Amino acid sequence: MNVNRTRLDQSRAPIYEALENFRKMRVVPFDVPGHKRGRGNPELTAFLGQQCVGVDVNSMKPLDNLCHPVSVIAQAEDLAADAFGAAHAFLMVGGTTSSVQSMVLSTCKRGQEIILPRNVHKSVINALVLCGAIPVYVNPEVDQRLGISLGMRREQVAKAIAEHPNAVAVLVNNPTYYGVCSDLRAIVRMAHEAGMLCLVDEAHGTHFYFGGGLPVSAMAAGADMACVSMHKSGGSLTQSSLLLTGPGINAGYVRQVINLTQTTSGSYLLMSSLDISRRNLALRGREVFHQVADMAEYARQEVNAVGGYYAFGRELLNGDSVFDFDITKLSVHTLDIGLAGIEVYDILRDEYDIQIEFGDIGNILAYLSIGDRIQEVERLVSALAEIRRRYQRDGTGLLSQEFIDPEVVTSPQEAFYAPKRSMPLVDSVGQVCSEFVTCYPPGIPILAPGERITQEILEHVQYAKEKGCSMTGPEDPELKYINVLA
Amino acid sequence: MEMWFSEFHTPDVKHSIRVDRHLYSKQSDYQRIDIFETPEFGRVLTLDGNVMLTERDEFIYDEMITHVPMAVHQGIRDILVIGAGDGGVVRELTRYDRVERIDLVEMDPQVVEACRTYLPSNACRMDDRRVHIHFENALKFIRRCEASYDLIIVDSTDPFGPSEGLFTREFYGSCYNALRADGIMVNQQGSPFYAEDATAMQRSHRRIATTFPISRVYQAHIPTYAAGYWLFGFASKRYHPTDDLDAEAWKKLNLHTRYYTTRLHVGAFCLPAFLEEMLMEVED
Repeated sequence: MNVNRTRLDQSRAPIYEALENFRKMRVVPFDVPGHKRGRGNPELTAFLGQQCVGVDVNSMKPLDNLCHPVSVIAQAEDLAADAFGAAHAFLMVGGTTSSVQSMVLSTCKRGQEIILPRNVHKSVINALVLCGAIPVYVNPEVDQRLGISLGMRREQVAKAIAEHPNAVAVLVNNPTYYGVCSDLRAIVRMAHEAGMLCLVDEAHGTHFYFGGGLPVSAMAAGADMACVSMHKSGGSLTQSSLLLTGPGINAGYVRQVINLTQTTSGSYLLMSSLDISRRNLALRGREVFHQVADMAEYARQEVNAVGGYYAFGRELLNGDSVFDFDITKLSVHTLDIGLAGIEVYDILRDEYDIQIEFGDIGNILAYLSIGDRIQEVERLVSALAEIRRRYQRDGTGLLSQEFIDPEVVTSPQEAFYAPKRSMPLVDSVGQVCSEFVTCYPPGIPILAPGERITQEILEHVQYAKEKGCSMTGPEDPELKYINVLA
Repeated sequence: MEMWFSEFHTPDVKHSIRVDRHLYSKQSDYQRIDIFETPEFGRVLTLDGNVMLTERDEFIYDEMITHVPMAVHQGIRDILVIGAGDGGVVRELTRYDRVERIDLVEMDPQVVEACRTYLPSNACRMDDRRVHIHFENALKFIRRCEASYDLIIVDSTDPFGPSEGLFTREFYGSCYNALRADGIMVNQQGSPFYAEDATAMQRSHRRIATTFPISRVYQAHIPTYAAGYWLFGFASKRYHPTDDLDAEAWKKLNLHTRYYTTRLHVGAFCLPAFLEEMLMEVED
């Protein structure tokens, strides 16, 4: 763990400080944005506040430029790299989706192979559509009782590396949405020994860099690149993110790749939120995440005391596909009270005014982070107790399987751009899908371009729709029709 | 010298009380607690700057939240009181010999401590042998109770602060579950007058009305609360608040009260037209 071993003064926040100075200068704006510190849009100013619209400004010399940082943004990136133990950090304003895509696009080229688990976020496969790399899937193990995908086993990764010696990178989902971690250090070592890079989608692991007793972070494990969703557990504004690189990566080239798709009008609201959040985490993160972990452990005990529910934790550890577990995640298995996770998710929102992160077929996930308080945790636990009392029923007939092993027929890019036709979903068994079908959340595709449609997949889609999951990705928003290769 | 305590009842309405001395001020883990000595209202307890009680008018609140259910259900023996760390509710309840046990669940020990010291006329019965004080989160406490109480009194602060959890469906559901088959829940239900208060009142009334088969609202005039006009909720599994009032039985107890009477009991459930409409709006 590289926490508290920073070489820079982490109490500084250069972008924030520059914006504060800038505000005092009372500079007359004859540039964009056209709302001119909010004057031109009083309704927006009333809604968001003068403080907020007043710093919604454009790149200029005293504020640096995200496309080519040389002053305050460069300093903020140095501080972030220092805080996260990375060789370089990039402030990202297009969500962690843009971090993931930049990570893949700067390491894989058309026709090259990349080893990855199939339960990746769809942003990874989107990146493959863009760059034309070929996925080599390592099927994650599935916990049969919980119906969730686990991490990658070392042996499976070794096998994939041996069978695809020319692959350029191994991508790891660490942790998964549910908090499951693979043996990251071992996977990094295997990848490096085979001359491959190790890339980590660490969207749900910002706090790993600032916690005692939490799983190892990507940079500490020696990974080459990692995407960190600062806006998830780190407390920055939605859509802000960090891309971290290790010492073996050419940061100048990564910057060029980022600039292929990134806006040239980077938002200072997002960048300052990254700067301030990084400062907060560097100064207080360890203490804060210790409290979050304690709160989640308490919630787990209380939920398990209700009966019927199973709030799972470190007892899942098996030394391999569940090498470690992120105890700040509150994942609860609901099938034993006779309700699908998505049903509990809906009841919590509709009847108890409690919004949780997601519900899937068998589980719900409540996201605990730096903003939570114990009184809200008590509400959640009591609401779960009430839902059990009021709705508990016989659970036979409920499905649990979340992950279906896909048959990859062509590369995502080839399938996405190939001639295609639309046909009724129900008749599509045996066809090769040319679009994404993603159950949201968690945002992991059930079908990706280039994969064979099977009866099992259709049944899963039908069931998830009936339970109230929303299906995103296909051209037909109702998913009665699906695009297949012509 | 001129010193005033002011409380905003809405962003555009302010209620001020002249202060003689500031007796106590402390930030607890949950809230800021203050006690003032005032010429008009005697000692005043505020939490986060909101008046909780004054010596001058607390009897109205404490009598109305206790004697109404006690006069309806003659078999009340086990009582759960939530909030009420000042002791006023407990003081009224301990006047009944038939009460065997009062569990008081208050999250903030500092409130109890401050009131024991500075508001002895409220806290005077907190050491009654039947009273058991639990410093705990009420949601957590009540989750573990099933068919254990005849009466639950919810004496919370307003729904926008640390008491927010006591205005939720999960809480009312847990209360239902913690009550016996003929149990009653009475709660402070806020004020229907100012818009934001009214919306909160409607929301909690809807939640109670969908949880309990009988749910009625009654009113009292309390000068130091917003608009001087306050509501209580009467939710019950079996007893009707006025049809099942046993006025004779209550009178025989010979309890001296300054606000509550059995005639007022019936009248308190007769609501103004605008309020009836508001309640009907959310009852379906």
